[in-house]
Amino acid sequence: MASLAAIFGSGAMTNSIREIEGMEVIFIIGSNTKETHPVIANRMIKAYRKGAKIIVADPRRVPMVRFADVFMSLKPGTDIALLNGIAHVILKEGLHNEEFIGEKTEGFEEWKKSVEEYTPEKVERITGVAKKDIVKAARLYGGSRKAGIFYTMGITQHTCGSDNVRAIANLATLTGNIGRESTGVNPLRGQNNVQGASDAGCMPNVYPGYQLVENPEVQAKFEGAWGVPLSPKAGLKATEMIPAAHEGTLKALYIMGENPVITDPNTHHTVEALKKLDFLVVQDIFLTETAALADVVLPSTCFAEKDGTFANTERKVQRVRKAVEPPGEARSDLSIILEVAQRLGYPMKYTSPEEVLLEFGQVWQNLAGITYQRIEKEGIQWPCTDREHPGTQYLFKGGFPKGKVPFSPVSYTPPAEVVSDEYPFILTTGRNLYQYHSGSMTRRVDAIESHAGEPYVELNPSDGERLGIGDGEEIRVASRRGDIKIKARITQRVSSGTVFIPMHYREAAANVITNDALDKKVKIPEYKVCAVQVSK
Amino acid sequence: MMMKITIDGKSIEVPQGTTVLEAARMLDIAIPTLCHHPKLTPFGGCRLCIVEIKGIPRPVTSCTTPASEGMEVTTSTPRIKDLRKTVLELILSDHPNDCMVCERAGDCTLQEMAYAYGIRENRFAGERRIYTKRDGNPFLERDMEKCILCGRCVKVCDEVQGVGAIDFTYRGFQSKICPPYEEDLDCEFCGQCVAVCPTGALAGKMWSHKGRQKGVREVDTICSYCGTGCNITLHVKGNEVIRVTSREDTWNEGWLCVKGRFGYQFINNPDRLAKPLIKRDGKFEEASWDETLEYVGKRLNEIKASHGPDAIGGLSSARCTNEENYAFQKMLRAGVGTNNVDHCARL
Amino acid sequence: MNKNVTVQVCMGTGGMAAGGAEVLAAFESLMKEKDIPAEFRRECSLHKVGCRGLCAKDVLVDIIVDGTRTTYQYIKPDMVQRIIDEHITGGNPVAEWQVADDYHKFHEKQVKVVLSDCGTIDPEDIDSYRGAEGYQAIRKVFTSMSPEEVIEVMKKSGLRGRGGAGFPTGVKWEACRKASGDQKYIICNADEGDPGAFMDRAVIEGNPHAVIEGMVIGAYAIGASKGYVYIRAEYPLAVERLTIAIKAARECGFLGENIFDTGFAFDIKIKLGAGAFVCGEETALIASIEGQRGMPRAKPPFPVHNGLWGRPTVINNVETLANIPYIIKRGPEWFSAYGTEKSKGTKVFALTGKVKNTGLIEVPMGITLREIIYDIGGGIENNKKLKAVQTGGPSGGCITDEMLDINVDYESLARVGSIVGSGGMIVLDEDDCMVNVAKYFLNFTRDESCGKCVPCRIGTKRLLEILDRITKGLGREGDIELLEKLSGDIKSASLCGLGQTAPNPVLSTIKYFREEYEAHIREKKCPSKACRDLLTYSILKDFCVGCGACMRACPAAAITGEKKKPHTINDEACIKCGSCFDVCKFKAVNRE
Repeated sequence: MASLAAIFGSGAMTNSIREIEGMEVIFIIGSNTKETHPVIANRMIKAYRKGAKIIVADPRRVPMVRFADVFMSLKPGTDIALLNGIAHVILKEGLHNEEFIGEKTEGFEEWKKSVEEYTPEKVERITGVAKKDIVKAARLYGGSRKAGIFYTMGITQHTCGSDNVRAIANLATLTGNIGRESTGVNPLRGQNNVQGASDAGCMPNVYPGYQLVENPEVQAKFEGAWGVPLSPKAGLKATEMIPAAHEGTLKALYIMGENPVITDPNTHHTVEALKKLDFLVVQDIFLTETAALADVVLPSTCFAEKDGTFANTERKVQRVRKAVEPPGEARSDLSIILEVAQRLGYPMKYTSPEEVLLEFGQVWQNLAGITYQRIEKEGIQWPCTDREHPGTQYLFKGGFPKGKVPFSPVSYTPPAEVVSDEYPFILTTGRNLYQYHSGSMTRRVDAIESHAGEPYVELNPSDGERLGIGDGEEIRVASRRGDIKIKARITQRVSSGTVFIPMHYREAAANVITNDALDKKVKIPEYKVCAVQVSK
Repeated sequence: MMMKITIDGKSIEVPQGTTVLEAARMLDIAIPTLCHHPKLTPFGGCRLCIVEIKGIPRPVTSCTTPASEGMEVTTSTPRIKDLRKTVLELILSDHPNDCMVCERAGDCTLQEMAYAYGIRENRFAGERRIYTKRDGNPFLERDMEKCILCGRCVKVCDEVQGVGAIDFTYRGFQSKICPPYEEDLDCEFCGQCVAVCPTGALAGKMWSHKGRQKGVREVDTICSYCGTGCNITLHVKGNEVIRVTSREDTWNEGWLCVKGRFGYQFINNPDRLAKPLIKRDGKFEEASWDETLEYVGKRLNEIKASHGPDAIGGLSSARCTNEENYAFQKMLRAGVGTNNVDHCARL
Repeated sequence: MNKNVTVQVCMGTGGMAAGGAEVLAAFESLMKEKDIPAEFRRECSLHKVGCRGLCAKDVLVDIIVDGTRTTYQYIKPDMVQRIIDEHITGGNPVAEWQVADDYHKFHEKQVKVVLSDCGTIDPEDIDSYRGAEGYQAIRKVFTSMSPEEVIEVMKKSGLRGRGGAGFPTGVKWEACRKASGDQKYIICNADEGDPGAFMDRAVIEGNPHAVIEGMVIGAYAIGASKGYVYIRAEYPLAVERLTIAIKAARECGFLGENIFDTGFAFDIKIKLGAGAFVCGEETALIASIEGQRGMPRAKPPFPVHNGLWGRPTVINNVETLANIPYIIKRGPEWFSAYGTEKSKGTKVFALTGKVKNTGLIEVPMGITLREIIYDIGGGIENNKKLKAVQTGGPSGGCITDEMLDINVDYESLARVGSIVGSGGMIVLDEDDCMVNVAKYFLNFTRDESCGKCVPCRIGTKRLLEILDRITKGLGREGDIELLEKLSGDIKSASLCGLGQTAPNPVLSTIKYFREEYEAHIREKKCPSKACRDLLTYSILKDFCVGCGACMRACPAAAITGEKKKPHTINDEACIKCGSCFDVCKFKAVNRE
């Protein structure tokens, strides 16, 4: 999201979900929308029923392919080549938006040279996607001025993830498919309040509202608001904290509602690092794998037990309401934080969650207009700058915050780990429809467990045949970092040479074998590609 | 193009393509329906929404008839009411009258219609469809004896969900909605069909005997799974969430996924942490809040004193609220003095 | 020796069932085997032809010698030798095998338009059709008429849809022509499903090219480039002949890209139906072609505006389409000279039931029912008394013996509560119980209801239950009124034609035979002695000779008695099958 912000000036979904049904072309890349964002997929299907064309690019034959006019089954990690190839065809066929490029962008000519080499022939060789499909996708996307791009972790969880995002942004910029209704660039957020956590400044380099920590004016503003001196330097990213703990420079970690043992790459390394800490506090609703390593565990509340707001993937701030009392002595996360802050010598006096939101609005203009009363019935999409402001359905209506949108040349680089004779398969990971993330919630739902309670690895029938592996057989999947035993699911969903493991199952945790190599800019781990061997 | 149409003496201009039923609803004229659903294509099967249109001898279904210029509609003549009563009696003659134990009693359109039309005796009592096999899927109770074949589930599964897991099978009186070859349902289990079912034919298996309306509170909130942020309504009895639904008048139109609709059981899970724990000699021991908070404060202050604020880090959660995330980073930045704060956006 | 000989063997489904293929094969092999001079053989031709109507007398064989036609009936393969010897080579027809007066009488009052070439041309040979002026109509249309002119001719002819509803064909075409759409379709509805009806089947089996020619003309008139024939898979012979015919028409350029060099493109696909009666309903038929379950949808919108794949579509029945080439060739005035003021032309009926000459007939609209039954049909079998005629199949009603002078046309039949329908005509005699007749049809519609709408799905089931209990002696006071009420409501509230007409047999039988219903309900008697549950069997002591035949025939061992002494029937064990009644030579079994 940070990369998207660098280009357009804001890193959220530019359209709203409702606008999907007005789109003529929907380009889904690296998102298994039907399983990870099922209700957004419903909107896409609604658009499809109204005649929208759907393009899907994914290493796996994901369910949305059923509705696709073009399905591009690309080799994992080759997104940039594919996106540049599409841009190449759009340029060659004159489908680009010259007016938009002339008025609202910069760096076009230089970028144009960078995609010249990405001919369909070359891209076919790199990605495995047929030339004609690349051309067809380019004609569909480039031929429409109401086209939306949708992506998720399939784009970002790569060592080249931020370049992937740039390549996507280039496509939208090239065609002017941004800044209007029903056309834009839409990263779909994987968790209920990732947007809100980012907005609220739970990032080491920015204060609430994406205001840079290292900007002295900003620092002064927050020192004024919070009444204490603040650190002038950016902190550690989550994916840097674990190595820092390993090295001993990070001594204490306070984890609220996270389970990095399961969700971080290279599990063994994560566990070792957490064990090395002097002090680990985990605040959670269950004794998770991470909480088990803690010095102190603070019982907190789930969403049904507290009041507050979530911001969804379309920047909509919506009201969360308390429905039941928490178990035993468990307390709301907010009240625990206030207690801890008190003991750190920094008392925060809020009498209600709403007071926190109102303060948030005072330090960030985009939330200034939101009150609980205004979102009683339906949420409001930020920016919402004052109490009369209706909220913002889609971004960049009046132009881009940074003035002109830069084209940024990006070139294809192979993933950090490529297949070898010893590790001949590419492993890609993700979610399935039924389970969620580390499974701490869904794996405690009987119906879900009885239907989808078992870990599995998806394997193409031809690979299965070659290795003599049958459906349901237990096999070993190993990388340079570890190995797991897991049942094979023989399916056409993955193409030959690729295997897929859902991340949810601690008993066969995919992240035991995933690569903790990070994107160089935004430090997202490369969950989507690592080299593995598969054996009986 | 706008059309002027008169319904029960009231006139309204509606855009081309508007059905008579939609026009009537714009005028707040109530026409009973069972198979109609505003978000699905018209079906015209239940026949309850029949009306009389001047110039057409036969009653027509208002849900399927497009309004046309100058159309004059009467929605409730004695003849129409009489026909509706016959239709309802026919439906009820093939329906188990077990509202006493039905999961959907009180939330059943058919029951409401029977009540409104005061149907007690049934002139057409006769054979009922009996199905003894229970669908073995873990999510949806499919009691096809209660199914009135309105087709909403078939349509929502195809039109909205794009799955098409079920369809009409057999013919005539034996018509039945089921998965291919009458096997157990194996689908996305979004429960959209349950949401649109007007009777007790479809319900959540986990709702069973947990509570209907009496003593049940409804609390509107937001789903805590993916970033879509669907509106959900928690149905609470005592201190237990017994059911999740979604209102149709919000942006997600009442549609949910399997996790949102059926993934709430963790809330009441006995594994939930209920007391603070402090690890002593490698083992967790329960402790009081005061003791625990004091201990946390003490340790963090010590580490800050000996190693500096940047030796402390915090990871917040995408599952917590905006307010909690704001307070968390403020605690670390202003309370501890470090910018070592992050969350899981990358994972 | 004769110069020019044509042999025509009836090879419709009826003819085939009676052994037509074997008869034809016998002719073929014997003609070859026989010492017949080669030049004669060249002049001699063998043809399979379609049904000529009187299926009861199959296999029918026509021998045409120098233009003189002789018709033989009940021909078996072993009779062929003698026909060849005596008639073909000898010149003397075999008198005793020729058809008799009844055959000629059967045809006398018929007027054949649709069936005019059925039974004379070879349906599997396009040249045979062309030889009978076939495909002259489309030549005329494509070379000298505008689509509007074609529509005008249709309107002028007064042709109305023969599928049952009787909607004017020209008006339908005009509406479709005027409807806007990038693509239009014409569909031939060959999903004939009424019990006992086989008109469309016979037309396609006997003269498929007329249907194709009709479709091409229709396509030209409305501007359709694609056509479908929706035909039941249970009609394999019709499907086979239609497939052959479409292929031949394509090869001759009557179908395809550039018909008669006009640039007009039209082709036909065959779509097999799975035998659901409701798929004869046009919206259900469309759904079925689209790959959906065949369930009707509400009209409007009508198919002429919103039909197959949402495009303007004309659906015409087989017989309607087969009329069209003749109307074009001979002119609308010729056609409208037949029939009554509002019902023009002829109509094909499948005459079945208790009539002597069952079969396929084509009569001018307006002919009386009496003429059909007594002149064409030859009267009632076994000289029983006519009770009623059921027309229009499960959607129709009955006409009593008192109304036999009624004109058979759309309006007159509607006036007495029946319909022309697609052309089923079932003759009932004094042994037929009218409650049972209603029950028979309701059983059919109950089974064939698609299940979509409540009145039809559940209503027909309840009607049947009430009828069933009446025929079992469990009828209650008020049941007749309940039947009338429910029937009326089903008619008013059902979605499609199936449900809207399903109660007709009930209403019509109540209307004319109410006393039969009352007898069942009040006296627990079936006046026609057809309802098994209402019968009691007893042995008349005075007549019984104690032969034991009834005892041996009884499947329930309900009859006891010593030899040569009167036997008795145990009422409780009796299953009322009637075997004893049938087997007794002494009329000693009493049934009441």
